[in-house]
Amino acid sequence: MALDDNKKRYINHHGGKTYFLLGDEACAYGAIYAGCDFFAGYPITPASEVAELIAEELPKAGGICIQMEDELASMAAIVGAAWTGARSMTATSGPGFSLMQENIGYAIMTETPCVIVNVQRSGPSTGQATKPAQGDMLQARWGTHGDHNIIALAPNSAQECFDLMQDCFDLADTYRTPVILLMDGEIGHIRESVVMPELSSVRHTSRKRAERAEEIFGGQELIPGMIHYGEGSNVHVTGSTHLANGMRDVTTPHVHDELIRRIYKKIDSGREDIVRIETDTVANGKSRVGVISYGASARPARGAVKAARAEGKNIDFLRLISIWPFARKQVAEFSRDLDLILVPEMNLGQMSREIERFVDCKVIAVPKIGGVPHTVDEIHQVIMEAVS
Amino acid sequence: MSEPRHRLMDFVREEIMPHRFCSGCGCGTVLNAFTNAVEGLGLDSAEMVCVSGIGCSSWIPSPYFRADTLHTTHGRPIAFATGVKILRPDLTVVVIAGDGDVAGIGGNHLIHAARRNIDLSVFMVNNMIYGMTGGQVAPTTPAGVVTTTTPHSNVEPPFRVADLVVAAGASYVARWTTYHVFPLLESMQNAIKRKGFSFIEIMSQCPENYGRRIGLRTGIDFLKQFKEQALRVEKANGMSEEELKDRIVIGKLCDKERPEYVSELHRITREQVDKLKKEMGGAA
Amino acid sequence: MYTSLLERHRRGRKLIEITENLCKGCEICIEFCPLKVFEKSDKLNRKGYYLPVVTDEDLCVGCRLCELLCPEFAIIITNE
Ligand SMILES: Cc1ncc(C[n+]2csc(CCOP(=O)(O)OP(=O)(O)O)c2C)c(N)n1
Ligand code: SF4
Ligand code: SF4
Ligand SMILES: [Mg+2]
Repeated sequence: MALDDNKKRYINHHGGKTYFLLGDEACAYGAIYAGCDFFAGYPITPASEVAELIAEELPKAGGICIQMEDELASMAAIVGAAWTGARSMTATSGPGFSLMQENIGYAIMTETPCVIVNVQRSGPSTGQATKPAQGDMLQARWGTHGDHNIIALAPNSAQECFDLMQDCFDLADTYRTPVILLMDGEIGHIRESVVMPELSSVRHTSRKRAERAEEIFGGQELIPGMIHYGEGSNVHVTGSTHLANGMRDVTTPHVHDELIRRIYKKIDSGREDIVRIETDTVANGKSRVGVISYGASARPARGAVKAARAEGKNIDFLRLISIWPFARKQVAEFSRDLDLILVPEMNLGQMSREIERFVDCKVIAVPKIGGVPHTVDEIHQVIMEAVS
Repeated sequence: MSEPRHRLMDFVREEIMPHRFCSGCGCGTVLNAFTNAVEGLGLDSAEMVCVSGIGCSSWIPSPYFRADTLHTTHGRPIAFATGVKILRPDLTVVVIAGDGDVAGIGGNHLIHAARRNIDLSVFMVNNMIYGMTGGQVAPTTPAGVVTTTTPHSNVEPPFRVADLVVAAGASYVARWTTYHVFPLLESMQNAIKRKGFSFIEIMSQCPENYGRRIGLRTGIDFLKQFKEQALRVEKANGMSEEELKDRIVIGKLCDKERPEYVSELHRITREQVDKLKKEMGGAA
Repeated sequence: MYTSLLERHRRGRKLIEITENLCKGCEICIEFCPLKVFEKSDKLNRKGYYLPVVTDEDLCVGCRLCELLCPEFAIIITNE
């Protein structure tokens, strides 16, 4: 979406400054920079700070922030807003993310661009409500029922919370799909300096528009353009299986087959564009052990890799920035000369299972639950055991 | 011989008519009244968004009414509509859905929307049953009735949904039946015109999955009963619970002006934008 | 909206049209027309519903109750 004058003014007001921000707050600023028009949410630790800062700041940039009666309603409201042409988002944590699942599925099925921030906390249920975790990695992938695909990104610093919000909104518009910023409570509550970019360096991706209402849910395009409400096209949006013109057809097998495969494929075929990783490898093929991590866990993981290298061990490192679609090609490549991959994560082994599917070497999860992130020492010790 | 064409076909998705409601179902009559209301108001469908949930009644706008349409998840249409209305206050946003949808699974959204007084018109088709799924008990089913999930009779008292919405703070609330089509039509127009949250509880019939079980086999049976049970609100005022048992209180239950949610939200945004403008010395 | 029946009656001839293939035979028009203008016929439409038939068009006062009650948009009343 093109930024309007109110948003430009807001960015001009902040551009070039450096703030000391929580990850949550950085995410909120990042959203406004990305042209967010509408936020609807429900308070929950450790995501409330996203809503609180957005509530304070978004109106200054011409947008609107509301608190709904629950997370089902929040997710519903942002989908409704998206069909008027708005960039819309919500933010939540585990219990709220669970409540949103049905309407996330609705957004997937209706190909509605929107952004969901999940600042993960320890579960199941209210678990350790105030403690960070990375236990929703697979819920983000498969949380709603039925076959579907999803995009999820995981930041590991306050700055990245800011930066990735732009990516989330752009990807949502480009692929016409909900996008999840899969934070964790540790990153949400970390306080770091964040550089607020100047207006001139803020990029815009426009939502693709359709001309004919007959083809906003299919037709010739893998990713059809949208027509918004109020444009006189009598757009019909439904979460039931539908034809290219949006009209329900819930009985013809090939109609469902083609729709679901297309929605699946549009994200699969964008893999190269969506996948974001960061690697730090030692000189060619010397390493037999690699570490893959993401989000908060990637911080001690990288520290441990550094420490091991200081002791002369050749350890490769890869950080997943995009979680879904999974960086299968990049991970396979990374693993080529390795005997073993260690995967520190704040769960009992979720992404390690996914990594296992795409590599030939051994994969060992380095799980940590209980609400406290790994220490560098803990991971370092596992690495040293592995290399010996 | 070519068939005559009803003028209201301009307002429905004619290519998929006749609709798929059962014979004698009240949903068709509600669609009829609604299209009449829109025609009478001179509303252009390009200025309307119709939002519905899941259930037979939700099919009234989706797919049948020809406008921008959001056919949402079960119970959530008011929440979806909230997002639409906030971003496009200039559009007329109407929610049409069933009693199970609006007052059962979605009851929380209903009372909060009424409390906020958001400028939506919600037309709840109360057929006292979960019609689409085959006749299970609804929060509006009278006590003592046998349904598929209360095979030994329903022990719960029903919600009087319109009264609930009055208490929650809506601007305009009325209750009519599918027998009272002329006042219903007029009431729909008033609801749409009234800025703020408007709600009409439309007592309707599901001969197929409800009537069959309670001895009202046809639409006619229901309409006769509605006619008998109906009691004007003016007359009902001051009557005892006992006297009102088995009666349907019809008419306008409230019509008042209150600050409207979306206008208030936009006012705050305008103020905040202006403040920043000033702070920055009017720079863009 | 509530002009008296008599007054409507004075406005002249009414035209009653039935879109036969929209009718689902619910008989609501037959039952509720205040002047009993319709009766059940033995004619079936394409879907196998018995159609209503107009007994005497001159009886009609053009109140449009049938048009509005009809769940199918199958009745069109024109006040000529
Ligand atoms: C979350 C969820 N739960 C249950 C259902 C199944 N379901 C579909 S329609 C319906 C009831 C509809 O009743 P009502 O809203 O009164 O509409 P009616 O069919 O009576 O017009 C139910 C329970 C669903 N679609 N989604
Ligand atoms: S099942 Fe009931 S509510 Fe649904 S179309 Fe048939 S009569 Fe109407
Ligand atoms: S318009 Fe009135 S009088 Fe005429 S047929 Fe219809 S219901 Fe009867
Ligand atoms: Mg119902």
